[in-house]
Amino acid sequence: MVPLAYYLVLSGILFACGVTGFLIKRNIISIFLSIELMLNGVNLSFVAFAAQWKAFSGQVFVFFVMVVAAAEAAVGLAIIISVYRTRETLNVDRVNLLKL
Amino acid sequence: MLHLILFSIFGLICIAGALNLLVQRHPINSALSLVVVMGSLAAEYLLLGAEFVAAIQVIVYAGAVMVLFIFVIMLLNAGEEERTRGSRVALLFGVPGMLIGSLLVAWVLLEHSGTHAVPPGALPGPPQTIGWLLFHDYLLPFEITSVLVLIAIMGAVVLASPPQSIQRSKKEG
Repeated sequence: MVPLAYYLVLSGILFACGVTGFLIKRNIISIFLSIELMLNGVNLSFVAFAAQWKAFSGQVFVFFVMVVAAAEAAVGLAIIISVYRTRETLNVDRVNLLKL
Repeated sequence: MLHLILFSIFGLICIAGALNLLVQRHPINSALSLVVVMGSLAAEYLLLGAEFVAAIQVIVYAGAVMVLFIFVIMLLNAGEEERTRGSRVALLFGVPGMLIGSLLVAWVLLEHSGTHAVPPGALPGPPQTIGWLLFHDYLLPFEITSVLVLIAIMGAVVLASPPQSIQRSKKEG
């Protein structure tokens, strides 16, 4: 028997790791991976709440999150490819065309 | 008891993978440690009784999405990232602030949430029930999601195709 709170703390840790990676990483692909990590942390809390309240809606929402994540990955990686084609770098510090 | 042991083992693997993602400098290592995180999360879903979600997690997330990532990393021949010096304000206030905040959240969740323990396999999640929900109660979101995926496919094709090919097709069209 595992309390629900343990699952929530684990999901919080994963989300915090994702936020930290999003802030400290300088490679655009690593930033993208951190976003995926955050989405995974949220999915875990959805499933844990679904098991707690015996509601299947939580599991259905996980599917929607996964679909949105897959669409986001496809579009985001296409953007990364097109950025790399024009700037020839993956470092976000060098992608500063909109900076003053 | 066995449930708690399994939860701890897979939770520790999960956290170790997440930390490894942060520490590694090469994106391919980060991507592979994210695969580890997703695999152990699938095990956690199995412990919660969500078998179908666990299968989808392995097939779609750890399979399809991560293959896409690794494909792009290898296509662009991404090297090690250059570290920049972090700001001192972030070190002085950010790290202690984050520690205090996360400890506070964990304390509130563990002591004052008033939630019961989740027995193993509490929610037998047969795919029929989920499919019924998906195609009855959540039919409209499901259809909207299909439009979203269609737009994403078209956007990916347009964004990833080289600029010359788009101009040529404009002239022809």
